Amino acid sequence: MKMYTPRLTGTVTKYVFVESPEMTPSDLAIRAYEISQGVMIKETCFGLQVTGKEEDVNRIIDSLRALDPTRIFVKDRGFPPGDPRRCRANLGGARPGYFGHEFEMGLVRFISRGLSALPSRKAEDIPRPPAPGKGERLDAARLKEIIESQES
Amino acid sequence: MAKVFIFPTTSLILSDLVARFGHTPLSAAMQIREIIQTPGLESPPLQITPEDPKKGLRWAAVEVPSGVRGRMSLYGPLLDRAEAAIIVNNADYSFGCMGCARTNELLMFLIRKKGIPVLDLEYPANEEEGVEFVAAIKRFLDSLPGGRA
Repeated sequence: MKMYTPRLTGTVTKYVFVESPEMTPSDLAIRAYEISQGVMIKETCFGLQVTGKEEDVNRIIDSLRALDPTRIFVKDRGFPPGDPRRCRANLGGARPGYFGHEFEMGLVRFISRGLSALPSRKAEDIPRPPAPGKGERLDAARLKEIIESQES
Repeated sequence: MAKVFIFPTTSLILSDLVARFGHTPLSAAMQIREIIQTPGLESPPLQITPEDPKKGLRWAAVEVPSGVRGRMSLYGPLLDRAEAAIIVNNADYSFGCMGCARTNELLMFLIRKKGIPVLDLEYPANEEEGVEFVAAIKRFLDSLPGGRA
């Protein structure tokens, strides 16, 4: 086994997703480049990846969020951009992990609506979501019956 | 400011909302970052080595498959730090292979056994449910230590 030397140690990477009719990822990237001060910015089809020291990344993200607070979403990323273990340039085809993003990006418009509508509603007017159903489970006695019917 | 475990651990929506309402989301990315920024033996893609299933013994019994124990070495430290948890129950994309599915079940069990405040939700399917979803998360986060309530 080879020894492993990590790169970009001490940095954090964050994804910035934008789902807005008023702003594109390239608008966001231009704004991020203006204030980047040496922080690595990578423009993507859904938004940006920002890599650098935590305080610098947070400063940029706070500034970007202010542009469209209810339609810009941020999350941490474990790998830095272009890492050969994850980058599509090395792997070929779609990289693992985008299935979750793809699914949630289909729902963020509902979250944006929630974030924009919430401040204007009175607390007593906000309905509580129903508790998730447990679904019907297979009874142990019924399972035993099935097993016995297969054995006989 | 409380440390809030999120499930699915890779969720963009939960990670964003927890940070937006003033708390720290505990997501898989933070743990992966820690692992891949630690020097050692090269073991791509996630730097999981044969040592990790041994570390996973802290959260899973020795009879549990190594795939689950290896995954628990990733999620277990997050679980130990968690002061609250938000769980989305109908996140089908987090099912994955059998190792992921069983690890998810063990995670759910350990979260509930830990006795921390837990918020159970389902993903919204329309705008009104979106308002309910965000309101429920805000209400829950505000009630935690360091919240805005």
